[in-house]
Parts: sequence; C-alpha cells; structure tokens
Amino acid sequence: MSLLEIENATLRFGGLVAVDNVSLQVNEGEVFALVGPNGAGKSTIFNLISRFYDPAEGSIRFDGKDLLKHTADQVPGFGIARTFQNIELFEQATVLQNLLVGRHRHRTTGLLSNIVFSPKAYREELRHRAAVEEVIDFLNLQAYRDKMIGGLPYGVRKVVELGRALASEPKLLLLDEPASGLSVEETQDMAFWIEDIQTQMGISVMMVEHDMGLVSAVSNRVMALADGKELATGTAAEVQSHPAVIEAYLGTGEISKTGTSRA
Amino acid sequence: MRFVFKTSYDADISLFKHRAQAVWYALLLLLVLATPLYFVAIGDAYLLGEITGMLILAIAGMALMLLTGHTGLPSLGHATFMAFGCYLNINLLGAGLPWLIAFPLSGLIAGALGTMIALPVLRLHGVYLALATLAMSILTSDFVVIAEPWTGGIAGAAVPDINIFGMEINRYSTPYKFYYLVLAVAILIVWFYRNLLRTPTGRSFTAIRDSEISARAMGINLTRTKATSFFLSATTAGLAGALFGHSAGYVTNETFDLVMSITLLLMIVIGGLGFIHGAFFGAIVVGIIPVAIANGRTFLSTTFDVNINVPGLESALFAFILVCFILFEPMGLYGRWLKIRTYFELFPFYRKDMFKRQKSYLKTDRVQ
Ligand SMILES: Nc1ncnc2c1ncn2[C@@H]1O[C@H](COP(=O)(O)OP(=O)(O)OP(=O)(O)O)[C@@H](O)[C@H]1O
Ligand SMILES: [Mg+2]
Repeated sequence: MSLLEIENATLRFGGLVAVDNVSLQVNEGEVFALVGPNGAGKSTIFNLISRFYDPAEGSIRFDGKDLLKHTADQVPGFGIARTFQNIELFEQATVLQNLLVGRHRHRTTGLLSNIVFSPKAYREELRHRAAVEEVIDFLNLQAYRDKMIGGLPYGVRKVVELGRALASEPKLLLLDEPASGLSVEETQDMAFWIEDIQTQMGISVMMVEHDMGLVSAVSNRVMALADGKELATGTAAEVQSHPAVIEAYLGTGEISKTGTSRA
Repeated sequence: MRFVFKTSYDADISLFKHRAQAVWYALLLLLVLATPLYFVAIGDAYLLGEITGMLILAIAGMALMLLTGHTGLPSLGHATFMAFGCYLNINLLGAGLPWLIAFPLSGLIAGALGTMIALPVLRLHGVYLALATLAMSILTSDFVVIAEPWTGGIAGAAVPDINIFGMEINRYSTPYKFYYLVLAVAILIVWFYRNLLRTPTGRSFTAIRDSEISARAMGINLTRTKATSFFLSATTAGLAGALFGHSAGYVTNETFDLVMSITLLLMIVIGGLGFIHGAFFGAIVVGIIPVAIANGRTFLSTTFDVNINVPGLESALFAFILVCFILFEPMGLYGRWLKIRTYFELFPFYRKDMFKRQKSYLKTDRVQ
C-alpha cells in the first residue's frame, strides 16, 4: 500500500520549472531514493511534501490525507519527519534539547500546566526523556548528550539531525543527503542505521542521495530526476543502466561515484 | 572538577543540576531574604529602595528576555506594556478591586492588549519588528496624553497604595514590606520561567529563535508560538509596570518613554542574552551605574574639590559601557561568569577557545 502519493506535481520558481509534472509513490515499509544531478529538483520535492512550497499543480496525499489542505507545521503531526541538506539544528541548545524538540508533536500539556510544572507535565517530560534516550542509544549519541550543537563536528551534527527526526516517531522519514560530507566509516554507519530504521522500527524512508553506493545498498526503489522531470524509476541497478539516466549524467560522471570515491 | 553522574531522568528535568547548585541557590535566597536586616541595623532604607527598584527592573528584564533572548524576537517597545500594566493597575485599584486581584489582572490585560498589537507585526523579522515596536514606544507618550481620563495625561496620576488583607504597603512608609512583596513576585516569575524552559512550550520558543524552518518541520506553529511568547512577555512587563508605578508613587506621560524601552534592551544584552540570570545581572548594572556616578561625583567634589557637571554624562557612560560589552563580551555578564566558573572547574585544563562559537559547517566547508 502506498503511504505517500504525489501526483503530477509541478512547481515553478519564476520561469524555472523546478519540479515538472512528477508523480511518485512511497510504499509502506520501503526505502525510496531520489537521485539526480545538482538542481534536479530533489530537495524541492521534499519541500513540497513538507508544505514549505505550494505546488502549482498536482496533489500530495499521505496516509489517505490530502496534505495540500494542511500547513507546514501540521505535516509532522501526520507522521512525517525530515532532515535538511544543509543541517538545520537548534545551534544554541544541547543535543538533548534538540532531540526533545523532535517530540513536539507528542506533547499533551498546554501552556498553563507547563508554567506551573504540573504533575502531568512532569510525567510527560519523563516520557519524552525516555523516548529520546532510546534514540540516543540507537544512534550512539551518549557522549554528546549535553553538548551544545555549536561545538559539534559535522558528522555528529548529521547524526543528531537524524535523531531529532527519529524522536518524533514518524511513519515516513525524509532524509536529504544523509551521507553528504561524511567519511567512509560514517557513511557505513548511516547505511546500517537506515536499514535498522526500515526493518526494526518499521519506518518508511524517502531519501535524496548522491552516493550511489549507499543508494544501492539500502533502497528498494530509486527514482532518477533531471531538470525537474522523472527519468526512470526502478531498482538501483535498473535506474543506473537506464539510457536516459546515463545521458543526464553524461559529463558529470556523478552516477558512477561510490562512497569510497567521494570521500 | 565535577562530574555529574545521572542516575535518573529527573537529573535533567529537575530545577537544579546537582546538590551543590541547589545549596548555592538556597544560600542566595537566604541572602536576599536577610538583606533588609542590614538596612534595619543601619536605620536607613534608602538603598533598599534602590535594590527594590533593581528587582522591578529585573522583572521587566525577564519579560523582554523571554521574547528577545529566548524566542529571538527583538522589541524596542516594552515600556509600552509596562505602561499598560501600570495604568490598568491604577484604574482597577481606583475601581475598588483589591490589590491581589487588580495586580495580576492588570498584567493579564496588558498581555492580551500586547498580543493584539503584536499579532499584525509578528510576521515581521529582525530589524523590522524592532522598528514596529520602536514606533509603538514613540507613540506611547501621546496615547497616555490622549487617554487622560484614565491616565491623568500630562499632569500625571498618583498610584494608590497596596493593600493586602488590610496590610498597607507603601514604598516610603513600609520599605521592607514593599521589598519582600517585589521579591516574592520576582521569585514566582523566575519559577514560572524556569518551568517554561524545561517543558515543550519553552523549547518551542528557543527552537523558533534558532531555526524557524526547523521549528516548522518539527510541527511548531510559528504564529501561535510567537503570540504565546508575546503574551507571556507583555503580561510580565505589565506586572513590572504596575510594581514600577507603586515604586514611583506618581506616573506621567514621560515615565514609560522610549529611553526606558531601550534601557531594558541594553539591560538584557549586558546581562547576557538567553539566560534568566542575564536579566538580573543587567538590572544590577543598570541600577548601579547612576548610583555609582552620583557617588563618584560627590566623592570627587568633597575630596578633591573637583566638580564635574557635564550634562548627559550618565547616558554617555552608560552607552560606553554597553559598547564595551558588545565588543568584548557578547555573551554578557552571565557569559563572563560562566567562563570564570568553567575555568576553575576545569583547572588547569581550560582552553581559551572553549566558548568560541564554531561556524556552522556547510558541505562545501569540508575537504572532499
Ligand atoms: N527558493 C528557490 N527560489 C528559486 N529557485 C529555487 C529555489 N529553490 C530551488 N530553486 C531552484 O530549483 C532547482 C531545483 O533545486 P533543488 O534544490 O530541488 O535541487 P536538488 O536536486 O536538491 O539539487 P542538489 O543536489 O544540489 O541539492 C534549482 O535550479 C534551484 O536553483
Ligand atoms: Mg538538494
């Protein structure tokens, strides 16, 4: 059954058609990858799902609900969590506080009980804290729990951002270039985590990634885009050998890049 | 050096990080509770009045700190909300409401009015929001004049005494009671503030401050959350304004002017943006500078027969101190204190760049 359905979505920035009549489905339990050269419109599709942009045409449905009827801040409530290509963490807060913000959609107390720290607010904090601790254990972030984001190395920030998304216990996880800028070892960890997220946590994953090694290793289906248009969809191997995809990448050579050659 | 071993989630949730910290704050509480004893002993409560004034400033500072330091929304108009609170308090007391009702009510109404004014400008960012609130602050004096039936206009209005179950409290005739009352309000607000910061509401404020786009992606409604912050901030400013009125005894259209709005902003920057402590440190600095300058003048003229009578000296010195802070200690006094404390805790392992903010990495910053 498909969890996310995008039908004929089009988005223009002025004269530029960033997403051109794209349709795709992400099925429950699968890892779906978007690949394509720079500027293909991959991040823009994520931003459409997050409702940061309004598509000019088309529909986006998640779990049977029409996302276009909702605002950006309501999207996480349906069970969609995401990371950003350029890492958007809360810099002046600790790792723990960042992960706790990920729990925002599960809060049950209001302003008044927060201000007086009612017993209900206290119990809720304990629950959030326990849920976040599971994420910390899963991602091995124990050493950084109370560190400020501002002082963390790049690789750790990437993991914290993944953790913040996981803390919201989503049904669908959107990862925008989870391995970009990571070392070979870090990329390997990321691959294991994505596998576990899919198989153990039962979370569907949609990811944008240039590292074809990682894409082939973890994804069930891959869609290739160029200039906002779909080129091909299928398994990683099928997409990589598709003539249109090869042509789109001609000259860039990017499709042949693997994790090791990038790092 | 201290290691805190956490054995339960309570360690992260409770108000104090460890026993020693709780002890320090208990001692501080004891100190502020015992402060009036000293003035009773010397038989002169003048300085206690100044300290009470600092506490009131600190309450106003906390109001602005919540909005600017924790939610990232600058305001150059907080004196306006203080004016709301002050005049509402005067009128509600005048209408015969007991102080225990009039005081909180004037805060809440000031908060509601503030939020109504803020809603249209909440979409504005950074400097534009600052300009909009600046405009509001400039207009305040005129509105106080226009609303003469309630404010007394240019002639001003006398602030009634506080009466709690028959106990009369007046700044001059019962300075000790007034001090304890203001202290109680300040402590209550600190407690509310701390609670806020350790629960989802406060975290959504700081999330908006650090990254609006991420906050939205985590499910935080920007407009509603900013409005909530504005409401709490304006309410607290209103309470501070009401207390300020009691402390001044008489208020006119010039009491809550632009200078006061700017002073509040300077205060929290000097104290340390983003820390509750910052509001108190800032209030102490702002409270001490005029006293210090006056004392310095007297000292110079009596000891060395040097008379300095430069108009605007206070403001110039004040501005100079602020510039120094922004140049040399952008984290404010509280930031300086954190550094000193860390230095001793880690002795001799402190590194100079420990508090340096690292630039956020971009993909392109990494060696590929
Ligand atoms: N806010 C915007 N305003 C105008 N143009 C934009 C905006 N965002 C993206 N674009 C343009 O839309 C196109 C698609 O951008 P997008 O960020 O989706 O690419 P991408 O596939 O994620 O590329 P990359 O691999 O570099 O991240 C690009 O040409 C980009 O310049
Ligand atoms: Mg992108």
